[in-house]
Amino acid sequence: MRATPVNHLEILEAEAVHIIREAVAELERPVLLFSGGKDSVVLLHLAGKAFWPGPVPFPLLHVDTGHNFPEVLAFRDELVGRLGLRLLVARVQDYIDDGRLLERPDGTRNPLQTQPLLDAIADHRFDAVFGGGRRDEEKARAKERVISLRDEFGQWNPRNQRPELWDLYNPRHRPGEHVRVFPLSNWTELDVWRYIAAEGIELPGLYYAHDREVFDRDGMWLAVGPYSAPREGESARTLRVRYRTVGDMSCTGAVASSAADVDAVLAEVAATRITERGATRADDRLTEAAMEDRKKEGYF
Amino acid sequence: MSTLTTTPTAPTLLRLATAGSVDDGKSTLVGRLLHDSKSVLADQLAAVERVSRAKGLGHVDLALLTDGLRAEREQGITIDVAYRYFATPTRTFILADCPGHVQYTRNTVTGSSTADVLVLLVDVRTGVLEQTRRHLAVAALLRVPSVVVAVNKVDLVDYAEAPYAAVAAELAGVAAELGIATVHTLPVCALSGDNVVTRSGRTPWYDGPSLLELLEAVPGASEPTDGFRFPVQLTLRPQEAARDPRHVEYRGYAGRVSAGSVRVGDEVVVLPEGVRTRVAGIDLAGRELEAASAGQSVSLRLADPVDAARGELISSVADAPAPVTEVDAMVCWLAERPLAPGARVLLKHGTRTVQARVGELLAGLDLDRMAPVELERLALNDIGRVRIRLAAPILAEDYTVSRRGGSFLLVDPQTQGTLAAGMIRGHTVFGNDFEPAAGWEI
Repeated sequence: MRATPVNHLEILEAEAVHIIREAVAELERPVLLFSGGKDSVVLLHLAGKAFWPGPVPFPLLHVDTGHNFPEVLAFRDELVGRLGLRLLVARVQDYIDDGRLLERPDGTRNPLQTQPLLDAIADHRFDAVFGGGRRDEEKARAKERVISLRDEFGQWNPRNQRPELWDLYNPRHRPGEHVRVFPLSNWTELDVWRYIAAEGIELPGLYYAHDREVFDRDGMWLAVGPYSAPREGESARTLRVRYRTVGDMSCTGAVASSAADVDAVLAEVAATRITERGATRADDRLTEAAMEDRKKEGYF
Repeated sequence: MSTLTTTPTAPTLLRLATAGSVDDGKSTLVGRLLHDSKSVLADQLAAVERVSRAKGLGHVDLALLTDGLRAEREQGITIDVAYRYFATPTRTFILADCPGHVQYTRNTVTGSSTADVLVLLVDVRTGVLEQTRRHLAVAALLRVPSVVVAVNKVDLVDYAEAPYAAVAAELAGVAAELGIATVHTLPVCALSGDNVVTRSGRTPWYDGPSLLELLEAVPGASEPTDGFRFPVQLTLRPQEAARDPRHVEYRGYAGRVSAGSVRVGDEVVVLPEGVRTRVAGIDLAGRELEAASAGQSVSLRLADPVDAARGELISSVADAPAPVTEVDAMVCWLAERPLAPGARVLLKHGTRTVQARVGELLAGLDLDRMAPVELERLALNDIGRVRIRLAAPILAEDYTVSRRGGSFLLVDPQTQGTLAAGMIRGHTVFGNDFEPAAGWEI
């Protein structure tokens, strides 16, 4: 007799729960990187399942660029309060204010997140850092392990990664090192949306179609707001848009969309012809290897 | 509450690994598979077109789709296993793309360890190379359930049947030698897409399925279905921290079913202690299940107040594995530093990590001849048979019977790095005069 087959979403869920439990069982001080974006919301949902009926046994860490969408911060605080979790915030703004980091000429703050992230990991001696990264997002991520070792400088060495065999993970590390743990490694954008629909997971409203004042920069719709405004030659207009990713408001683009609920978004994602990051992240367009370079330095 | 119900139309998941020798067109085949199954999006394709033009190529080089890192693009090589995702209406695929030339054993062993299917590329003009034999040997050693060989570049032999048929016959011979039950072969031209996603009109003498059709049809994961195995990851005992006051007394054992299935009411045994009890409940985060089967992450409630901790195994009773403190195993050495005689290591089996000492190296394995060979020591990419003594018992199973129950890692207690991947060859302490199912006698 064959065992009951389980469909691919159930397998992805079971795999993620297994990974989360392994890292927590083997390491001392886990933390979950939480931005309020859909991948971190799904990751938190899975952590909730992994430890049910107990609470999620680790805090959340938000590396705050200071360029957030206000509705995402509100969503973050409401969710954290409802689940009774501890939220730590590492602020890029603090680093700019006291001169440890310099604002970039292009105003983009995503690359500036690395230092506050590494400092927070060191200060709190976190040794297992959960992230919502997926291998389908980007070609450097396609080569990263589920449990990925970082040296004492937080660096990723793509040429010397631990082999990962069967479902036996090795999260052990020397003092000062830590591991990044990516339970959603094998999920695609479509899987994440299917799971959100199947589980009825709540997201910040900007993932669904809404009217917003935007302007066109390099073929991307950026929101008009405190951190980004049209320059000369760029003009603002109101469009029906939604966001496929949520990050630094100054470099995260919206897409024109009328998908107002999860089923409509699912249909749209299934039919899309542009990758999530290609459509919405100016910082990944910097160079062919932008993500690879940032990861080596210790980025998410 | 979960609504992830299994319906007949829900896609299933297949994990495949690709391997091949240098210049056999593997990256092109993978690129073609992604492209023709419409898994490549417009901006990715535009980037590849741009780079192809910049390199002065007359065609769009689909191999560029799978080159990930800057060093790889600059040197035109593939450094490490990369993972790709594509889907059809009936199946979603996780593809581990294993480079052929650099550290082929380490990479192919890694990719094969999770694969349901190995897709191997062979150039129709060169036929079975040494490296082809090694890849097939690794697939046999790692017990990959299905092997598909795409015989590539049939355009370069004018789509003629005879050269393909010769290679296919040679492959069948090698597979039989290695004890691989079935090898599916098919003629393809990755560059133009013949028989990759759609069947080609240029090979009328081949009436079988395209590669993608084949991948949609092969059976998925195959852990044994009798013999329930549940390595305990964690004890869930929230007490006052419970999210709901009704659960302050809750005590469950969290884990992933590694083989077989279990139903509420089944008798089980907690190993290595050997305490027997019954399954009182199966929980999937607040949803009560009647049964759970291989691959599912759940928590089990037991009828008696048994103290099952991480590293213990909840098993069906009749066929429960015996605790052993010595194993006879094939190990693939994955670390730069060679195995030192008598090395003290950590051994991770399931959720159990024990101290261990690697004893004598009984023999090395020559992948080219699939025969024992004398080796002084095990170095990076070597495979050999060793005896390992354990400071505490593990619940070992034969790898040929269960990939999950028979696999382990060796970990360096100083660097904490992964040293080796191991496969258990039967039991050596509590008898069970086990002989592997097919030809691995060395």
